[in-house]
Amino acid sequence: MAELKLMKGNEAIAEAAIRCGCDGYFGYPITPQSEVMETLMARKPWEETGMVVLQAESEVAAINMVYGGAGCGKKVMTSSSSPGVSLKQEGITYIAGAELPCLVVNVVRGGPGLGTIQPAQSDYFQATKGGGHGDYRLIVLAPASVQEMYDFVDLGFELAFKYRNPVQIQSDGVIGQMMEKVTVGEFKPRLTDEEVVKRYGSWATTGKTANRDRNIITSLDLDAYRQEQFNLKLQRKYKEIEEKEVRFEKIACEDADYLLVAYGSSSRICQKAIEIAREKGIKVGLLRPITLFPYPTKAIQAMLGQVKGILAVEMSAGQMVEDVRLAVEGKVKVQHYGRMGGVIPTPNEIVKALEEQIING
Amino acid sequence: MDIKDIIKEENLVYSKTKVLTDNVMHYCPGCTHGVVHKILAEVIDELNIQEKTIGVTPVGCAVLAYNYLHIDWQEAAHGRAPAVATAINRLYPEKYVFTYQGDGDLASIGAAEIIHACNRGEKMLVIFINNGIYGMTGGQMAPTTLEGMPTSTSPYGRDVKMTGQPLKITELIAQLPGTCYVTRQAAHTPAAVRKLKKAITKAFDNTGKKKGTSFIEVVSTCNSGWKLSPVKSNEWMVEHMFPYYPLGDMKDE
Repeated sequence: MAELKLMKGNEAIAEAAIRCGCDGYFGYPITPQSEVMETLMARKPWEETGMVVLQAESEVAAINMVYGGAGCGKKVMTSSSSPGVSLKQEGITYIAGAELPCLVVNVVRGGPGLGTIQPAQSDYFQATKGGGHGDYRLIVLAPASVQEMYDFVDLGFELAFKYRNPVQIQSDGVIGQMMEKVTVGEFKPRLTDEEVVKRYGSWATTGKTANRDRNIITSLDLDAYRQEQFNLKLQRKYKEIEEKEVRFEKIACEDADYLLVAYGSSSRICQKAIEIAREKGIKVGLLRPITLFPYPTKAIQAMLGQVKGILAVEMSAGQMVEDVRLAVEGKVKVQHYGRMGGVIPTPNEIVKALEEQIING
Repeated sequence: MDIKDIIKEENLVYSKTKVLTDNVMHYCPGCTHGVVHKILAEVIDELNIQEKTIGVTPVGCAVLAYNYLHIDWQEAAHGRAPAVATAINRLYPEKYVFTYQGDGDLASIGAAEIIHACNRGEKMLVIFINNGIYGMTGGQMAPTTLEGMPTSTSPYGRDVKMTGQPLKITELIAQLPGTCYVTRQAAHTPAAVRKLKKAITKAFDNTGKKKGTSFIEVVSTCNSGWKLSPVKSNEWMVEHMFPYYPLGDMKDE
């Protein structure tokens, strides 16, 4: 039965993993996401659902455990924060190259380097343009509430298995740490080993039986022509994802003369900025990308006949704004406003930036 | 007696195990990998665990090992095979999981993963091929390269003042309480092959009994990398590798 609970964003990730039938979590402590593994270890889901939870020796080991589990057709995940996710890039590109389904959660903090433990959105390029080597894409979901932290675990696994592709939940220190009420879903049972064989036995390493050839999980093909064909296949998959899986939300856009584009916690702050701006008589709306890849390019383009200018608000030096500019193709003015290093912008700052950079700029 | 009278089904005393594929191996003539693959395939066949065995290949010459054994395989990133195998072992406790790794993969870039997997006592076995060189990339210095041994990145011989002593990682592994069986073997003579086969059989048996991690180092040759003939390589291995890497069991619990 659905229940209402008060929890942190990071706790919601853990709760959702247990309830959606996740088979394994492999992680390594890092602020501001340590509550994910702490919650799992306290809950002991191995007694409840049989879910495996293991603290790995490093982020590198954790993501490679995810590779191993995913290669077996199991529903497996890891979570970390920016410096840890940088370490995971090797494993993520191998997972993308081997076409394995899995879930990675990044509770983003300020960088570069060790940076800070405060929230930021400066890993957008890494998540959406491929932080590891090679031509690959992740499906990137950007929650803006604790409820979405919860919901996107199940959605993430669904998309990961649908496309046999890694999915990343791109959160940040605000969403990970803040507490909100969450409607938690009913328990979904984990798949039995027999069900895994039935569903994923055509590719997963479930043990070579007499009725099939051996299954090999690999991203290696030394034949250049075949490797190119494989890359073309991947590109067709990403194209299909771009056609079918774009998700976004529009707020107060019906009469908007100006548009804010923001995701995650920035989009929450923008909602307040819209109220302040409208009190001042500025008609501004918000377009919130929910999927960062695939990006809601067409949704932005559909606003171009209506709005006079767009302000992209992110806690970065200006990363997502590049995708806004690619969508707009110079047809209206696009500016970026952001804070960095763990500083969170205020609604008033955003209204001021809209006035100075777009309306009077 | 005509040859046709001898070559008959009832006179068959040895045949290729069904676990080995018919693919032509990419290994150089004289390389130890082929022998170890064959033994591994025979043991899997004899124990009748083909359907339950999942192998994890390394990055190195054995990256393509999955072409040669009819079992399910995962190809891991360089050094990460023990982490990959850990998850398979945890999620499928009834399977027989093994990693097959070279010295660069296991003792250099993957040192952390192997130490921690063995320390956790993952119920798996590890085949560690130590030929003291990076074979696939063209003969560079490995952590296990002997002092004074020339390689393409130590062309004047390994200078231990610059790069440290050759790493006896198997001795380190034997210290870890998670391991139940740690041994160093070779595959250069029929007697050595028989001993290695016994060791691999014991290791799979330990895995089935959930005893802990079994670790088998195979002191091996790389005649291409060493720039010696296969026969000379075996002689060089006996003369130089065995004194530094002595054969035998280090732990058998």
